Amino acid sequence: MYPNDLKYTKEHEWVRMQGGDAAVGITDFAQRQLGDIVFVELPAVGRTVKQGEVFGTVESVKAVSELFSPVSGEVVAVNPDLASHPESINAKPHDAWMIRLRPSTPAEADGLLTAAAYSDLVK
Amino acid sequence: MSSTSLAPLKKTPLNAKHRASGARMVEFGGWDMPVEYSGITDEHLAVRTRAGLFDVSHMGQIELAGPAALAAVQWMTSNDASRLAHGQIQYSALMAENGGFIDDVLVYRQTDDHFLLVVNAGNIVKDHEWIVAQAKPHGDVSVVNSSSRYALLALQGPAAQDILQQLTAIDLGAIKYYWFANGEVASVRAIVSRTGYTGEDGFEIFVPPAQAEKVWDAVLQAGKSVDARPCGLGARDTLRLEAAMRLYGNDMDENTTVLEAGLGWIVGWKKNDFLGSARLREQKERGLTRKLVTFEIRERAIARHGYPVTRDGAPVGVVTSGTQTPFLKKSIGMAMVPQDLTAVGTTLDIDIRGRRVQAEVVPEPFYKRPKPAKS
Repeated sequence: MYPNDLKYTKEHEWVRMQGGDAAVGITDFAQRQLGDIVFVELPAVGRTVKQGEVFGTVESVKAVSELFSPVSGEVVAVNPDLASHPESINAKPHDAWMIRLRPSTPAEADGLLTAAAYSDLVK
Repeated sequence: MSSTSLAPLKKTPLNAKHRASGARMVEFGGWDMPVEYSGITDEHLAVRTRAGLFDVSHMGQIELAGPAALAAVQWMTSNDASRLAHGQIQYSALMAENGGFIDDVLVYRQTDDHFLLVVNAGNIVKDHEWIVAQAKPHGDVSVVNSSSRYALLALQGPAAQDILQQLTAIDLGAIKYYWFANGEVASVRAIVSRTGYTGEDGFEIFVPPAQAEKVWDAVLQAGKSVDARPCGLGARDTLRLEAAMRLYGNDMDENTTVLEAGLGWIVGWKKNDFLGSARLREQKERGLTRKLVTFEIRERAIARHGYPVTRDGAPVGVVTSGTQTPFLKKSIGMAMVPQDLTAVGTTLDIDIRGRRVQAEVVPEPFYKRPKPAKS
């Protein structure tokens, strides 16, 4: 259910550290809690965020939830598909990345939850 | 995501069914209720295009019977219950002294002297106490909280009649909107009313709790050929909002008068004075200072319950309900605003988590079902 190559936060975001950047999204647990997602509000490319800082919001039919950055860094890309297809977060939560960061402190990811620890958290 | 209440949640007779079917459950008004089965959008669209089945057994039933029942109902509710024939239903307000809502209710007239009120789940105890107190001066009327005697199922959608007709000898085509009949559904004693909270055609079915699962299964089985779906409270909320139906506790409460809620049509102006009528007459004469409006947001944003409506940056009103609707695919809502902001076409500023978003006051309802074809 929760891929081993991702790291997870207690706030239900995931991060995939890959080739010097960090892709960020929300977990399957999060999308199930939210239900049908209708909008995602994401930051502009170039903004810097700190670990734990709010970088956007995700809205479902029934609720709005803030998105917390798993690591610190500069936003280098925002997923262009989510504006027209926010439902892809429900369909494939661990593939539907929201932003890519250039991490300023890559070691921060080491302190995040492993797939096994996250699975336990949401069990 | 945790409940603060320490009391154990109440369960409807269908609770085990919901859990076994994998519905997501939430606390609502002290009850453990399904919020969604296959997803709010999927369920919402099922009701608009085919049919959906809801467990609304958490709703309460309070019955008034006796020679003074009509006088008591006339005194404590806003609508004119004397106009109800046997088997007819009306939407009404259970009135507070100040013209506000103790609750919003459906009044079913069983006989001359027997009325059944369907009330909101969270208000059952409060309503019962209020009705007992308000009925007392009228003399010979007994008031019974019969909520535990009924499970309530709502089958809603354009295919509702075809589905339900397979299970009952009642001629459903002969039941008009806001009328009901007593009979059997799936060989279970039932009251069947042509009512609902979705803006769609459909029926509400009152059955004994012990037979609720049997009827639930029978209806879903009969609905299989049109892919009828079990639905949760999530879709119930988006459906009712699209139809601009009010939700007690969100859109109005004890401090909202019937007129401020935009429900002047449920006031029996021609009947004798009733609880709160002096305030309503005064408001009718002098005009309102605030009123509930329906609005649409044209940008990508959802205004939710409690968000401020502002003027020059200062809060002047409040959003009472809001969502992105699955069928119309619009961001819609209701807000309580000052009278000078109520005209259709008025632009409202809504503070959405610090961002000022514009909404336009639009006529209600957002969604009106197509007229059924004459048969």
